[in-house]
Amino acid sequence: MTRIFDDTGTIVPVTVIEAGPCYITQVKKSETDGYSAVQIGFGTAKRLTEPKKGHLKKLPPLKYLREVRATDMSSVKVGQKIDASLFQQGESVDVTGISKGKGFAGVVKRHHFGGGPKTHGQSDRHRAPGSVGAGTTPGRVLKGMRMAGRMGNERITVKNLEIVQADPARNLLLIKGAVPGGRNSLLIIKKARKAG
Amino acid sequence: MVDLIKSVEEQYLKEGVPDFGPGDTVRVSVKVVEGGRERIQVFEGTVMRLRRGGANKSFTVRRISHGVGVERTFLVNSPRVDKIEVTRRGRVRRAQLYYLRGRIGKAARIKEKR
Repeated sequence: MTRIFDDTGTIVPVTVIEAGPCYITQVKKSETDGYSAVQIGFGTAKRLTEPKKGHLKKLPPLKYLREVRATDMSSVKVGQKIDASLFQQGESVDVTGISKGKGFAGVVKRHHFGGGPKTHGQSDRHRAPGSVGAGTTPGRVLKGMRMAGRMGNERITVKNLEIVQADPARNLLLIKGAVPGGRNSLLIIKKARKAG
Repeated sequence: MVDLIKSVEEQYLKEGVPDFGPGDTVRVSVKVVEGGRERIQVFEGTVMRLRRGGANKSFTVRRISHGVGVERTFLVNSPRVDKIEVTRRGRVRRAQLYYLRGRIGKAARIKEKR
């Protein structure tokens, strides 16, 4: 992330994203594949496995392949190039990625629990979860009780992020705020499903 | 990639910004919008700290105004900062001059660099 100045001199936090060139590698139709989707490839691979070579016959060696569900498939065909020119400044987008892994996280970090009192004779209760249930009835801990455990490293979508700048020449998108995942991680950017 | 971030930041970097550091006395001309029209306000004082970081380079200036210490932080590359002039070079031995906050008058002087 970095920060840039807008027209009025106000500072805007942005994430710089390399958005392309991507290629459409496969169009899946409900008649042939049981569902309709578009497969998109991105990046340059040093080496390709033979099956992948066959799959990407007339396309450059793409490192990543990802599929996106679609309904209207009339305007797409295999080999078509997609890049940052798809998006315009001021548009809202949904960004999907794999969030940073936080490891085994406690309940305060993972579920935003308040923790225990910091003073008045408390010992070992500062970040404790508190009670996890009632007594003999029901006599067990209810399913779905929020507890400590693995956090992060999962697929997350952040909705309605604003595009501050789209630069088709360099295939860069500047998106306001943070997006899921660490540096150099792969993202899926879609036009926002719900308006702003 | 970091290089991509740098390439984005490059277009926001200002040219002709004088070289200055902590201890120097600077005159900063800032554009201020007042009742619909813009005018330039000058803030003069000692540079207390300088934070580098590409387009986000910033510095804090401290001055005593009407007996009250005032600190303002400016972004070097901000379009609101019109001009930076260095009026005096100071000799200091640390990067952050937070010790100035506890000093008044003679004690808050900084020796001039020769």
